[in-house]
Amino acid sequence: MLIALTSLTVLGAILGFILGVAARVFRVEGNPLVAELEEILPGSQCGQCGFPGCAGAAQALAGGLAPVTLCPPGGRAVVMALAARLGVDADVSGVQDTLPMLAEVNEALCIGCTRCFKVCPTDAILGAAQQIHAVFREACTACGKCEAVCPTESVKLQPVPVTLHGWYWHKPQPVAAA
Amino acid sequence: MKLFKLRGGVHPVGRKELAAERAIRQFPVPERLFVPLQQHVGAPAQPLVKVGDRVLKGQLIGASQGNISAPVHAPTSGRIAAIGDYTAAHPSGLTAPTITIESDGDDAWLDVDMPSDPFALSPEEISIRVGAAGIVGLGGATFPSAVKLNLSRKNNVRTLIINGGECEPYITCDDRLMRERASEIIEGVRLIRYAAGASEVMVGIEENKPAALSAMQAAAAGTEVKVMAVPAMYPMGWDKQMIRALTGREVPADGRSADIGVLVHNVATAFAVRDAIRFGRPLVSRLLTVSGGAVAEPANLMVPIGTLVEELFRYCGGFSSQPARMVLGGPMMGIELSTAAVPVVKGSSGVLALTRSEIGSTQPAPCIRCSSCVRACPVGLLPLEMVAHIRAGNSAAAVAHGLKDCIACGCCSFVCPSHIPLVHYFNFAKGELMELERGKLKQEATKKLVDERIARTQRIERERQEAAAQRKAAREAKERATKQAAAQTISEAA
Repeated sequence: MLIALTSLTVLGAILGFILGVAARVFRVEGNPLVAELEEILPGSQCGQCGFPGCAGAAQALAGGLAPVTLCPPGGRAVVMALAARLGVDADVSGVQDTLPMLAEVNEALCIGCTRCFKVCPTDAILGAAQQIHAVFREACTACGKCEAVCPTESVKLQPVPVTLHGWYWHKPQPVAAA
Repeated sequence: MKLFKLRGGVHPVGRKELAAERAIRQFPVPERLFVPLQQHVGAPAQPLVKVGDRVLKGQLIGASQGNISAPVHAPTSGRIAAIGDYTAAHPSGLTAPTITIESDGDDAWLDVDMPSDPFALSPEEISIRVGAAGIVGLGGATFPSAVKLNLSRKNNVRTLIINGGECEPYITCDDRLMRERASEIIEGVRLIRYAAGASEVMVGIEENKPAALSAMQAAAAGTEVKVMAVPAMYPMGWDKQMIRALTGREVPADGRSADIGVLVHNVATAFAVRDAIRFGRPLVSRLLTVSGGAVAEPANLMVPIGTLVEELFRYCGGFSSQPARMVLGGPMMGIELSTAAVPVVKGSSGVLALTRSEIGSTQPAPCIRCSSCVRACPVGLLPLEMVAHIRAGNSAAAVAHGLKDCIACGCCSFVCPSHIPLVHYFNFAKGELMELERGKLKQEATKKLVDERIARTQRIERERQEAAAQRKAAREAKERATKQAAAQTISEAA
């Protein structure tokens, strides 16, 4: 009786001590998955997904509160990377439907107010007060923040024009089973 | 010399008899020429002229930019009529930046310096001149030739192979060039050998071109150049197939021929190199075949770059019957043209107008897994497996099966009894992968931009706070000073 009690108590104390030490030594700040997901996301903090920035989106993804198709500017590449990391099946067909867009300034309407220039998360807009603004296409992620603040509806998202550089063959029609 | 066993390949009906016996003719310079700024693999050329400028034939109008690029030159003398977008020689039918030249009819050459003895130049100097002449691989790959020469010297290439394969049906321009300009080609070959520092030179010519073979053998007699017959099959003109036939060595996947000490150039490229080095003439025209069942008078024409395809057809007597399909290049790998108002570029080896009976389109049927495509594939891939994966939307699995090694030669589509457009699937999947790759690059760039912006806004905020703190400190010091002064005056007054 006494032997059993003592041995179990000692065992419990030792294991508890080890667990206590491990909890201190191997402490993890937050969910490491969140950091990895945030790395995959574009990082432009545009908020189109409805979460506060890419960190918020990553947390929602890790918690299973958001679908992997949440990021419009990321496109299919991001969807597939997220799906691969989270081990879920992604329905990429829905993502393709939203055409890739780019912001474009209508020079006839631009009044040079610099509002879009100030909100652009990727510095994709060139401008100064009383000067017509312009968009660097390479840097634009089509987050739409500029469109939202423009007082004259001069900045608009437009579908990316197809060029020789980006064009590729469409997928052949599947063969109808005979 | 022993030839080595080849893998895969097909034997399409040659139809070369349509144009093979037609001697080379000079195509008269048309009124307008449309010279695209990108006619090569790599970065497009940068325009150097303005609208209204007068140019001479051979004058530089677009400078190469970047490591892999090629310049473009005026194909005739005249006036720059426009610089803008024009329909490109591309299956999409989209436009590309193009310089339009209005011919003045003189066709006057720019004065150039000609070396008295090309072999007195250093190999580096020859490479520079080849690059400045805008020479690209004229077999169709259009890779800048000077880049290849430089790579060869760097990698100590020992063997130079000159490709006289010309395996595409209908196309006979290389055949005619070898028959009629054999000694010029051999001189170009020797210049390339000298520039590349190769010790051994072989010219591989398909055995279905006996006249070209004997002309080249006669011209090469007494030189270090060995001219050899290789079996006639498609794709014999694929450089790696030619290497395998002549040396028995295989270029590794993802590798270049330079990795196994071999450099391959086309016979037409050798001819262009000779023109550039001996006469200082840049690449402003090329030999091409106009053929097909719908063409009244098939021909082999020396055509200025930028000539419209429709003018070539008109020159060849127009159409004898309504063409069902127009193709730029060969029927196996060429591109289908939706309009004939497309300029000829450096890589165009032929223009074809085919009748309905020649194209034989059939509705695709399901795959019966006969594996004909596996036997036909010259690369040794499993086309049927790759297509199954691509159709299921899994391009990554197709890459694991070697999609990136596919050369889109069309052998699999050609032999498929179910008429499945296999190469179409591969082209689609390659395009999709490229797009994903571009997306990834853009995302990385975006992250960098965002980080920079955040760092900048934080720095500005910090500087503003520091400035505010400094101002506050200065104001307080001033107030203290005035207070002290006031106290002092009061005490003095007291």
